Amino acid sequence: MQVTITINGEPVTRDVEPRTLLVHFVRDDAGLRGTHWGCDTSNCGACTLWVDGSPVKSCTMLAAQADGHEVTTVEGLEQGGELDPVQKGFIECHGLQCGFCTPGMMMTGRWLLDNNPHPSDGEIREAISGQICRCTGYKNIVKAIQWAADNPATNEVNA
Amino acid sequence: MTAVDDAPLSAAGNPIGFGSMKRVEDQRFVRGQGNYVDDVNLPGMLHSAILRSPYAHARITSIDTSAAEALPGVRAVITGKTLEGIARPSLLGDNFAWMPTLSYDTQAVLATDKVRFQGQEVAYVIADSRYIAKDALELIVVDYDPLEPVMDAKRALDPDAPIIRDDKGFTDNRVVDVHGQTSWESGNAESTAAAFARAEADPDCVVVTQEILYPRVHPAPMETCGSVAYLDKVTGQLTLYTTSQAPHAHRTVYAMVAGLPEQKIRVISPDIGGGFGNKVPVYPGYVLSIIGTIVTGKPVKWMEDRSENLMSTGFARDYHMTAKVAATKEGKILAVDVDVLADHGAFNGVAQPTNFPAGFFNIFSGSYDYPDAHCKVDPVYTNKAPGGVAYACSFRITEAAYVIERLVDCLAQELQMDPAELRLKNLLRPEQFPYMSPTGWEYDSGEYEKTMRVAMEIAGYDELRREQAEKRARGEYMGIGISFFTEGVGAGPRRTMDILGLGMADGIELRIHPTGKGVLRLSVQSQGQGHETTFAQIVSHELGIPPEDIEVVHGDTDQTPFGLGTYGSRSTPVSGAAASVVARKIRDKARLIAAAALECSPDDLEWELGRWYVKGDKERGKTIQEIALLSHGSLELPEGVEGHLDATAVYNPPNLTYPYGCYICVVDVDPGTGQVKIRRFIAVDDCGTRINPMIVEGQVHGGLADGVGMALMELIAFDTDGNNLGGSFMDYLLPTAIECPDWELGETVTPSPHHPIGAKGVGESATVGSPAAVVNAVIDAISPFGVRHADMPLTPANVWRAIQGRNVRTDMAVE
Repeated sequence: MQVTITINGEPVTRDVEPRTLLVHFVRDDAGLRGTHWGCDTSNCGACTLWVDGSPVKSCTMLAAQADGHEVTTVEGLEQGGELDPVQKGFIECHGLQCGFCTPGMMMTGRWLLDNNPHPSDGEIREAISGQICRCTGYKNIVKAIQWAADNPATNEVNA
Repeated sequence: MTAVDDAPLSAAGNPIGFGSMKRVEDQRFVRGQGNYVDDVNLPGMLHSAILRSPYAHARITSIDTSAAEALPGVRAVITGKTLEGIARPSLLGDNFAWMPTLSYDTQAVLATDKVRFQGQEVAYVIADSRYIAKDALELIVVDYDPLEPVMDAKRALDPDAPIIRDDKGFTDNRVVDVHGQTSWESGNAESTAAAFARAEADPDCVVVTQEILYPRVHPAPMETCGSVAYLDKVTGQLTLYTTSQAPHAHRTVYAMVAGLPEQKIRVISPDIGGGFGNKVPVYPGYVLSIIGTIVTGKPVKWMEDRSENLMSTGFARDYHMTAKVAATKEGKILAVDVDVLADHGAFNGVAQPTNFPAGFFNIFSGSYDYPDAHCKVDPVYTNKAPGGVAYACSFRITEAAYVIERLVDCLAQELQMDPAELRLKNLLRPEQFPYMSPTGWEYDSGEYEKTMRVAMEIAGYDELRREQAEKRARGEYMGIGISFFTEGVGAGPRRTMDILGLGMADGIELRIHPTGKGVLRLSVQSQGQGHETTFAQIVSHELGIPPEDIEVVHGDTDQTPFGLGTYGSRSTPVSGAAASVVARKIRDKARLIAAAALECSPDDLEWELGRWYVKGDKERGKTIQEIALLSHGSLELPEGVEGHLDATAVYNPPNLTYPYGCYICVVDVDPGTGQVKIRRFIAVDDCGTRINPMIVEGQVHGGLADGVGMALMELIAFDTDGNNLGGSFMDYLLPTAIECPDWELGETVTPSPHHPIGAKGVGESATVGSPAAVVNAVIDAISPFGVRHADMPLTPANVWRAIQGRNVRTDMAVE
C-alpha cells in the first residue's frame, strides 16, 4: 500500500506492506536512523517520536496509521543549524552515555517543556517514566531537561 | 577538592589534562547521528532471523525447511545439518556446527542433536527483508522429543538427573574447566575450618550461617546484539560490523572458528548502545551472519529482538551461596567461608580469565581485616542459557561484594550491633596497604574509614537512626542499609591472566602530526564510557596538548593495535595506563629533539605542561607543538633519534587496581503491601585519580540504577517446564526514573600507586556495591518482623512474604 507521512516537514511517500511498523518506515524507508528500536513491547521508549506533536512509541504503531500525519524525529529538533535547548542540555549536563535512548528521551523532554515550560523534577521523572535508560541512572537526564527549561531558545521554534 | 580542578584551560575552554569536560561523542548522539550496528546498511544487503527452541531440553528428531525455502524472498535456510556439511579447515574441529566458548567449552551454533535451553538457535533464514525472514521461521517444522529439563542447580547434581552435555560424553552435569577441575577452591580450607571450630567452642564468639542467592539477571543493554557480515570473495576480506566489546579478541576467535586468515578479517564495533558485559561473548548469531555471507555472497545483517536478547545471550549471576562468618561477640570478624553452587547454563560460556574459573569471586573476603577465608565453587550445567559473567560484574565481584556485605549485616543483627559500627571495627587500616588478602589479592591502596565517614556524614547517619527509632515507635518501617565494597579491576597481568590464551595486555599508538595535533589509536572499545573524550584528556595531561587537538580512534581492528577490549572496568586501568605510557615516550623523544634545537644537553631541560625549557632560563624552550614541527622538518637529529613524533606501547599491568566505596541507602517499606520506596541513596566512591569527574559520576549513577533494579525488580526466572519467565521487558522489569532516587555522591581520592596516573577503574563499582546497600536497607526496615534475610529481587510480593515469615524461592516459579 502507498503511505505518505510528513517527516520533519518533508513528505515521504513509499509503497509498504500494511504491517510495516512506523519505526521501520522511519529508519529503513525514510532513512532517518536517529530513532532507535530497543524492544518489541513498547516498554523501552527508544523509538519515541512525535505524531502530530505528541510522543508516540513508533514500534507499536503501523506506518499505515501515520498515513497523512506529521511525524517529528530527533533529526527535526535542530532548527536553522542551532541545537534545541534540550539537545544542548543533554550535552551540558551529561545526560547521555551510550546515546541509544537519548533521541527518545529528548523527544519526550521537548514535548514536556512545550506543554509545561517549568516542570518540577518529579514532573520530568513522570514524563520520561515510560522510557528506559541503562547508563545514566536518570539523574542527569532530569538535569538536562531542567537545563533546557532554564535556557529556552531565544527564537523558540516549537513554542 | 582534587588536583584536577587546577588544570589550565585550552582556547576551546577544555581542561588541558584532567577535569570535567563535555563529551566529544555527544555532538553526534544528540543529533541522532550515532552509527550503531543496525544503522549499517551495505549495498545488496540481505537480512536474517534465527529460529529458536521452544523447549529447554529436547531431542530434535527432524527439521523440515522446504516450505520456508519455497517462500518468495528467502535466499537460504540453514540448519545444524547444513553446518555439519560445511568443511572448516580450522584448529577447532572440522565443521561449523559447534564453536568454542570463551571458557574452552563448545557451544552449538545451530543445534544438531538436541536443544539444551529455551531460545537456543535451531535454524537460520536469510531473506530479502527482515519481515520475510521472520515469516519463513513460521514455516519451518521441527519435531522435538521433549526431555526432562534441569532448571534447578541442585537438581543438576542428583544422580538420576538427565545428562545435559551428552555431546561431550559427560556422565554428570558438573562443569569441567580447561584444567580438568570440577570444583574451584580458594583461601585456606584448614585454617578457616580451625577458626570456625575455635569460634564454635568459644562462648565469647558467634558463628552466623546464611543461605544467600544472587539470582539470575540480565544486562539488557538498550541496543540488542547484532552484526553485519560481508565476505568479499575476490579479495577474501571478511568485514564484520558487530556489537562487540572486544573487537580484537573476537577477530582472533573468528579466525579460529571460520578458519579464515586473521589478516583478512576486519571487525568493526561502531557505536555500541550499551554493553555491560552482554557484548563480550561470541554468539551463534554473529557466526551465522558470517556463514550467511559465505553462502549467499552478499552482505548479511542479523539483529536480534529483545526477547532473543533476554533469552539467549549472556546472563549474569545465578550463584547459590551458603556463607558463614565467625566473630567475637565484640564484633571482631575472625573467618568467613562460602560454598557456592554456580549455575552456568547449558554451555560454559563465561567470559573471564582462564585461571579464574569462578572469576574474581574469591575477593569475597571484602574490605575487612581477618586472617582466615575460604571458598569453594561447584559449577553445574542446567537447561538455561549460557553466559554467567556479565552485567557490570567485574568478573563476579558483584556476587562477592553482595555475599560479604549481606553476611556482615546478618552478623550485626545477631550481635545486635549497629552495622556501621561493626564495619568500622573491621575495616582495613591505611597502614596495612599494600594488603595481601587471605585469598591472595594484593589490594593496592585505600583509606577505608575515611571514605566511610564521608558517606555517613553526607547521609547524616546518626540523625537517620534517630528518625528510624521514632518511626518504629509509630509503627512505620524505615530502613538504612550500608555496603562497603572493594573491587579488583583492570585485568590484568599477562603472567596470570588471559582469555583463550590471549594475554590481557593492551596496545596503543600515538602519532603527533607536524602541526602538533595528534591521533590516538586504542585497542579498547567504548559502549558509552566516553573514551573519545577521556583518552584525549590523558594525552593532554601528559603532553600539554589541548584535548580537542587529539583525535581518538577505536573500535576497528584495521585501525587500532591489538588488545582485549572493554569489560571488567579495564579500560582506564589498562588502556588508560597505556595512553599515559605512550604519551610519556613522546615526551621523552620530544626532549631529545628540543635539546638538538636548543643546542643543549637533554639533561639541561626541564618539563612544564606542554613545553621543554632550559633549566634556569625559562624563556629558552620549545613547546610540544614546535617540537612536533621540528621532528618532521630538516633539523639535524642526534645519533639514534628517528624523525617524526610517533610512538607505540603495550601495557601489561603489574597488578589490578582496587577501587572501593561506601554506599548508604534509605528506604521506607509499607508492611501492608511490601512496597519499597528508596528515599535516598548516598554513594562515596574512591577510584583514585579522576580523569573526568563528570563522566565518573555519570558512570556511578548508572551503576546505582542497576543495583536498584537487581535488588528490587530484575529477575530471569523459569518455571519447572523450562520456560523463561523474564523473556521480554513486560516481564523483565528495569528501573525507570520513578524508582531511582536523586543520587547523592561524594568522593575520596586515594591514587593507585602502580598506575601511571594513579587512576582505578570505576565503571562497575556502583553495580557491584549498590545491591547490598538496598537489600540491607530493606531487611533493616522489616527486621522488627524477625526477618534476617530475603533474596533478591525484593518485589512487593517477596517483601510481603518475608514479613509473613514465609520462605521464598525467587529464582523458580514453583507450582
